[in-house]
Amino acid sequence: MTFRKYLVLAGVTVFAAAGDSMLSHGMKQAGNISLHNLASVIVALTNPWVAAGIVLLLAFFASYMNALSWADLTYVLPATSLGYVLLALAARFVLHENVSPLRWLGIALISGGVGFVAGGPALTSQHHAEETEQVVATAAASGAER
Amino acid sequence: MNQLYTWGGILVIVLASVVGDILLARAMKQVGDVHALWRRAGLWSVVGKVLSKPNFFLGVMAMAVAFFSLLFSLSWGDVSLVAPAAASLTFIGNAFAAKVFLHEKVDRRRWIAAVLVAAGVALLAG
Repeated sequence: MTFRKYLVLAGVTVFAAAGDSMLSHGMKQAGNISLHNLASVIVALTNPWVAAGIVLLLAFFASYMNALSWADLTYVLPATSLGYVLLALAARFVLHENVSPLRWLGIALISGGVGFVAGGPALTSQHHAEETEQVVATAAASGAER
Repeated sequence: MNQLYTWGGILVIVLASVVGDILLARAMKQVGDVHALWRRAGLWSVVGKVLSKPNFFLGVMAMAVAFFSLLFSLSWGDVSLVAPAAASLTFIGNAFAAKVFLHEKVDRRRWIAAVLVAAGVALLAG
């Protein structure tokens, strides 16, 4: 794992957390949308919070694709779930909301899960037909780093 | 009735997300490490190579289905139920699907991680 790869994982985490919270904030303002009134979907998309959330989710998507090119799905997903912890900590220390003991337990469980997966290898599947040598070299290099 | 809509929505979100994640992960594994490719051949060949994979477009379509199901479900159900329930179940579904379809070695370490994260995400909503 290089610094650049940690940066990509951090990007996945932060963009997803920020994008999701902006989107849900915007959807609360936009109100109900329904299958019978498709115009309401368009109206929701013009809400600035919804629009900003979508832009951030596009940034999330680019970093997510980047991470999936060199790491397993079952590595990337838990590693980037720290975003939920970030949201809860932001609620407590920025918005001064009350965080219940159950939520603190949730934060501890997620952090523990991230610790478990981070201790293992990032890549175990070999789908790189054209670039197998390169993957082996990368795996050997990251093994040497550890 | 509203509750049925909500859980039906959650089910659609989870199925679409898992299918999307698996297809996108497979597409990016076919592309290979983008850092190495970028350094060697430049950004545009990375973009070109990603766009040449049919799995990428199928994955994006599945993700779009998941995204719009989430938008609809959020307007029917409580955000504190829909978002964490869908996220939590997607973690478990992905661990199964990655093992079966991507041949990832989902060892004990990764199962524990998936279950801990899924439980944690569910609790954060409580």
